[in-house]
Amino acid sequence: MERALTANIRSDREPLDIRAYERSGGYAAARDAVLRLTPQEVQALVKESGLRGRGGAGFPTGLKWGFVPMGAGAPHPKYLVVNADEMEPGTFKDRLLMEGDPHQLVEGVILSAYATEADVAYIFLRWAYTLAATRIARAIAEAYAAHYLGTRIFGSGYHLELHLHVSAGRYICGEETALLNALEGKRGNPRAKPPFPAASGLWGKPTVVNNVETICNVPHVVGKGVEWFKKASLTEEGGTKLYGASGRVKRPGIWELPMGTPLREILEEHAGGMQDGARFRGALPGGASTDFLVEDHLDVPMDFESVQKAGSRLGTGTVIVLDDRTCPVGMVRNLEEFFAQESCGWCTPCWAGLHWVADVLRDLEEGTGQPGDLDRLSAHARLLGPGHTYCALAPGAAEPLQSALKYFRDDFERHIREHRCPWH
Amino acid sequence: MATIFIDDRPHDVHDGVNLLHACLTLGLNLPYFCWHPAMGSVGACRQCAVKQFHDEKDTHGRIIMACMTPAAPGTRISIDDADAREFRASVAEWLMVHHPHDCPVCDEGGECHLQDMTVMNGHAYRRYRGVKRTFVNQNLGSFVNQEMNRCIQCYRCVRFYRDYAGGRDFDAFFLRDRVFFGRHEDGTLESEFSGNLVEVCPTGVFTDKTLARHFTRKWDERTAPSVCVHCGIGCNTIPGERYGVLRRIRARFHGEVNGYFLCDRGRYGYAFVNSDRRVRSPFVRGALAGTTTCRVAVERAASFLAEGTRAIGIGSPRASLEANFALRALVGPDRFYSGIAEGEHALVSAILRVLQDGPVRSASLHDVEMSDAVLVLGEDVTHTAPMLALALRQSVRRQPMEIADRLQIPEWDDAAVRTAVQGAKGPLFIASVASTRLDDVATATFHGAPDDLARLGLDVAHALDSHAPAAGARTPAGAALVEQIARALRDAQHPLVVAGTGTGSEAAVEAAANIAWALHAAGRPANLAFVVPECNTLGAALLGERGFESAVEAVARGEADTLVVLENDLYRRCEEALVRRALGGVAHLIVIDHVMTPTMAHADVGLSAGTFAEGDGTFVNNEGRAQRYFQVFEPTDDVRESWRWIRDLMIAAGRSEAGAWYTLDDIAAALASGVPGLAAIRDVAPPATFRIAGLKVAREAHRYSGRTAMDANVTVHEPKPPDDPDSALSFTMEGYDGQPPPALTLRYWAPGWNSVQAINHYQTEVGGPLRGGDPGRRLIEPGTASSPYFDRVPPRFEPRPDEWLCVPLHHIFGSEELSALAPGIAERVLRASVALCTDDLRRVGVVDGGEVTVTIGGGSHGLVAREVASMPTGVAGVLVGVPSTPWLALPARGRIVPREAPR
Repeated sequence: MERALTANIRSDREPLDIRAYERSGGYAAARDAVLRLTPQEVQALVKESGLRGRGGAGFPTGLKWGFVPMGAGAPHPKYLVVNADEMEPGTFKDRLLMEGDPHQLVEGVILSAYATEADVAYIFLRWAYTLAATRIARAIAEAYAAHYLGTRIFGSGYHLELHLHVSAGRYICGEETALLNALEGKRGNPRAKPPFPAASGLWGKPTVVNNVETICNVPHVVGKGVEWFKKASLTEEGGTKLYGASGRVKRPGIWELPMGTPLREILEEHAGGMQDGARFRGALPGGASTDFLVEDHLDVPMDFESVQKAGSRLGTGTVIVLDDRTCPVGMVRNLEEFFAQESCGWCTPCWAGLHWVADVLRDLEEGTGQPGDLDRLSAHARLLGPGHTYCALAPGAAEPLQSALKYFRDDFERHIREHRCPWH
Repeated sequence: MATIFIDDRPHDVHDGVNLLHACLTLGLNLPYFCWHPAMGSVGACRQCAVKQFHDEKDTHGRIIMACMTPAAPGTRISIDDADAREFRASVAEWLMVHHPHDCPVCDEGGECHLQDMTVMNGHAYRRYRGVKRTFVNQNLGSFVNQEMNRCIQCYRCVRFYRDYAGGRDFDAFFLRDRVFFGRHEDGTLESEFSGNLVEVCPTGVFTDKTLARHFTRKWDERTAPSVCVHCGIGCNTIPGERYGVLRRIRARFHGEVNGYFLCDRGRYGYAFVNSDRRVRSPFVRGALAGTTTCRVAVERAASFLAEGTRAIGIGSPRASLEANFALRALVGPDRFYSGIAEGEHALVSAILRVLQDGPVRSASLHDVEMSDAVLVLGEDVTHTAPMLALALRQSVRRQPMEIADRLQIPEWDDAAVRTAVQGAKGPLFIASVASTRLDDVATATFHGAPDDLARLGLDVAHALDSHAPAAGARTPAGAALVEQIARALRDAQHPLVVAGTGTGSEAAVEAAANIAWALHAAGRPANLAFVVPECNTLGAALLGERGFESAVEAVARGEADTLVVLENDLYRRCEEALVRRALGGVAHLIVIDHVMTPTMAHADVGLSAGTFAEGDGTFVNNEGRAQRYFQVFEPTDDVRESWRWIRDLMIAAGRSEAGAWYTLDDIAAALASGVPGLAAIRDVAPPATFRIAGLKVAREAHRYSGRTAMDANVTVHEPKPPDDPDSALSFTMEGYDGQPPPALTLRYWAPGWNSVQAINHYQTEVGGPLRGGDPGRRLIEPGTASSPYFDRVPPRFEPRPDEWLCVPLHHIFGSEELSALAPGIAERVLRASVALCTDDLRRVGVVDGGEVTVTIGGGSHGLVAREVASMPTGVAGVLVGVPSTPWLALPARGRIVPREAPR
C-alpha cells in the first residue's frame, strides 16, 4: 500500500531535517518543477491528477488554481495561503503532517506557489499547534538557508517568501475568507463570494488558499506522476487520504489509506473495531460539520462522491464514532454549543439561530424539553441551510443536527417524554 | 435599464443595481437591516431574502439575499414565495430572541425600523424560552445614548462610524450573539458625525441623548422642512417641536447637499432655540418691566427713525435673505451693510466674483463626493464646514473604485469593494495651517502660513497653465509636491479645489480660483467649493456690498444717528473698541435678535426675533443655493420674524411700501424684483397659496396625540389653530399628510414605514434625488468662458524672532455662535487658546497648557497655550469664536509672552 504523505513520519523520532528529507527524495519534485516546468505545466499536472481539496469541501485543486490570473497582466503580489487552522472537532490529520514532516509541507508550498506564480506564501497555523509551529519554523529556516525559499530559489528566476503566521485562535478562521481577514489583522469574519480569493483575496490580491493535506499531496503528484496518483486510490478520486477515527473504538488514530477505503475497513481493521461493550450507532465521517452515517453506510467508500451519495460529506475524513453508551442528543448538543460559541457574530441565522439550537438541546438534556422542540430543531436545520447564511459555518452545524434528527429521532423524543436524558 | 421579473411581473430597473435597491425603488416592501443606501450592501442580516429562479421553467428556485445579488437582465425573483417569507420571518424571530420588549419606554419606539420590519415579517409570537443576553452600556458623551441590549448586530453603526466617517474610537468587539458596538472604554465619541448613529441604527441602541432630556414621540412632534443655521453648507433638516420646545433635529435628505447625514454641530446645536438667553419679548430701555408691548416697542423704534432720516442698517449673515432685504429697504441700499466683518466681507466678495464672473462652477456636496482629485487650500473643513469634510472623505474612494470595476465588483458590494481596494485612496491634498482631521485620508499635506498656502496654490495653477502667475522659488521637495498636485488634478475626471474664508486669506481664494481656471482652460471639468462661515453669508453679501467696518466708519463720520442691527452681535465682528465707538456714535440703537447678545444689551429698543424654528425665510449656502426654511411652530410670547418687525417699523414710520408685505411671499417677490440676481428666490419653494387637493400640508402627523387635551390646564376650549399666511403648511393635523413636493417635505412616513427609512419612498431612485427634484435654486452659475488670472503674489512668510503671525483656528464646537448656546455642545467647547509648535512654545517660554498674553494691535488677551506640533514656526493659531476669546482681526502679527502670575 502506498504511503506517500506519511512515508517519512515516525512517532518515535523528530521529523526529518532538510538533509534527511532530501535524502529520502525530498525537494526533487520542487527543484525539477521550478527549473524545468512552467507554472502552467505544474497546474496541468495537478488538474489532470484530479486532486481534490482535503480541507473538507473537496473542490478540485487544479480548477481552483486555474482561476488565478496568470502571466504579465496579472496583479502582484499574488499569495498562496496554507490553511493550517485545523479546528474541526475530531480532526487532527494536518497536525500529523505538520509535526511529522514539515519539509513536505514547505515543498508543497513551493510547488503550489510556483504553479500560481505566487510571490508570497503564508502558513496560517492554529494557535494550539505549538509543536507544529516550532517544527515548521525550523523547516522554513532550513529551506531559506538552502535557498529553496527567498530569491532565485533552486537557482531559478523564481522568488518566494514564506511566512508562518500563528493564529489568535478561532474556529471561523478556518473558513478561507475569514482566515484572510484575520491574516490582514481584521476581525475574523468571512467575506462574501464572489469575488473569490483567486480574484480578490489577501490584501485584495489574487490568492489561493489550500489545506495542509492538499498542499502535501502536490509534491507527490508532481514527483511521482499523475498515473501514480490515480492508482494510489481505490476509486475515481486519486491519491491517498489521511483517515482518522475517534470515539469508543479500540485503537483511535490516523492512517494514510487509499482514497475510497470503505468506512468499515477504517473502523474495523485500522481502528480495531468497537470497544468491548460498545455498539456502533453512527459516525460523523469527516469532522463535526458532516451528517451522521449509520450502520447501513458502513460499506460506503470514503471518497467525496460516495459519501455525498450516502447523504453526508467526506469532510476531513476523520471519523467520529457514536456508540450506544453515548447520548446522541448530548453529542449533538456538544457540537452545537461549539458552533454557537464559534459563530463570528456576522449573520443573523448563525449567531442567533445556533444559539437557539444549543439552548433547545440543553433543555432536552436537562429534561426541560417540550413538545414542539423537535420541530424547532428541524426548522433550524432547514433554515440554516446553504445559501441562507454568509458562510458555511451554520450550514455545517446543521448537518449533524439534521441527520441526528433523522437517525436518532426516538432518542430525541425520549428526552422530551421522560423529561430527562436516558443516558444519565 | 434591465427588465427583471418579480413574482412574475416584469419591471424595468437600472442595470447593475442590487435587487434590494431595485425592489425598494419600485416601492415593494422587502425588509432589510444592514444595507444602507449610502453605505451599500454587506449581506450580514439576511433579512432581504428572496427566492431566485433560474428561468421560467425553474419552479424550485433558491433563497438569495436581494442586497447581494445584481439585477441582471432577465433576473426572476419572488418576494412572495412561501420559503422566502418563512426565512424572512425567521430572521425577525431570531433578532427578537435577544431584543428587549421595551418598546413603550424606548426612545426609538414608533420610529423604529426593527418594529416596522418585525411587523412586516408577521412575527408576533415568541417561541424562544431562554433568557436574553445583556450588556453593560457605556457613557458615550453628551450626544448619543447607548442601550446595547437592543442591538441586532446589523453592523451599520460601525460601518458608518469607521468606514464612512473615518472615526477610530468605535468598533465591534467580541463575537457570536454578544458582539458589542462601542468604544474600548466609556468616553465621548470623538467623531464629529457621531449623531448619525442615531439615524443609522435601525433600532434603539443609539438614541439622541439631547432628545431624551425633553422626550417626545415622533408622531407628537410638529415638524417643518428646515435648513441648518450652524455653518455655510446649508444641510437640510427636520426640526421637531412640542409644547413650544424644540425637541431635536433630524437629517432631511437632500441629494445635492447633505444626503442622509448631518454633523454633530448641526444636529445638536438646536437647543439654543430653547435657551434662557432667548429674548422672548421686545424691550425699551428704561421702560418699566412688563410694560413694553409690541406696539410700544415698534412705535418707540419708529420714532428714532422719524427723528432723523439718517439710519444705518447692519444686516446679518445668520438672518434670512428676507430679513436682510427688509432692513435694506428700511435704511436704503446705500446705507445697508452686510454685517460681515470687513476682512471676511472682502473674502466673501472675492468668492462671489470668482463664482459669478469666472468659468468654473461651485460644487455641491454631492459633486464633492464624486470628485476624484481634490486640493484643499487653507481650509480646515472639519471645523468650518463639517459635512464638507465628510464629503471629501467619500471623494477619496472615487479613483480607487477603478480597482473594483476591473474585478467587476459592483460599487454597492461594500465589503468586497473595501477588500479589493484595501484602503487605497484617491488624490486628496491638504494645504492648511496645521494638521487637520482629514489628514488620515490625504495623499500629502502641506502646512504653512496662509500666504504660503496661497503661494503653493499659485504654483500649482502655474504648473497647470504657464499663463497663470507663479509664486516660484521652491525647494526641490516643494516643487515635487506642486508637480504631484498639478498632475493629480490634471489627470482627474472631476477635479475639485476647496478654499474658503477660514484662514482669512484672500490670496488663497484667488489661488484656488487660478487653479480651477487653469484646469478649466485645459479642458478639465473642474469644480470649486468655497467654505463660508455662516448659513446666509453669501446671501448677506449678495445684498450688501459693504462690510461691517464701513458701517462703523460711517457712524464715526457722523453719517448716522440711528443704528438698526439685525440678528447680529457686533462684538463677534470687530474689535471691541470699534464697536464701542460705533454704539457711542449713534443716538439710538435698535437691535432685532433672538438671543440676548452683548450688542443687544446696549439696545434702546430690542425686538424679539424668531429663530429659524419660529419663522420662515431663505438662506443662500456656500454653493450659491437658495433654500427655504419653514417655521416649525408658532412661538408664544412676542416673538416674530425679523422681517415682520422691520415691516411694522416701516409702517409705523410712515413707509407705506412695507404695507404690501403681508406674507413671506410678498417680501420674497419684492426681493426678487428689487435685487438683481435674486429673481429665482420665488421658485425656491411652493408659495403659501400652494395646495394639494385643496389642502395645506399638515405640520402635525395624523397620529399627533393630545391636541384637545394639551392646553386643557389653561382652557378646555380647543383654541383656533394658528394661521400660517407664509407657507403652504398648516400648524395642525388638518391638511395633507401624503407626499408633498420635496421643498415641503416635513416628515418621512409611508404605510408600514415609520422610521427614517421611509425616505426610500420619497426618492425617484433609492439613494437618488427626491421625487420632484432636490429642493432649492442655485443662484450663481459660471459667467464667462474664461477669466483673467489673479496676479497678486503674496510674499513668502518669514518668521520673526519676537513676533508671531496669529491666524484663526476653528473648532466645530464653539467657533459658531448659536450652537455654543446648546448645553450638549457647550460641554464640548474648548478653552480659549493659542496653538504653537513645540519650538515656539519653548521660545515663548511656556509649556502646553500654560497661560500666555497675546498682544495684537493695541489689545492684550489672556489665552492658554496649546502645543500643536504641526503649526508652522512663527505662526500662532488662535481659536476663534469660543466664548472667552475676543474678536481679533486675523491674520495679524502679535506678540506672545508668558502670563505673569497674579501677585
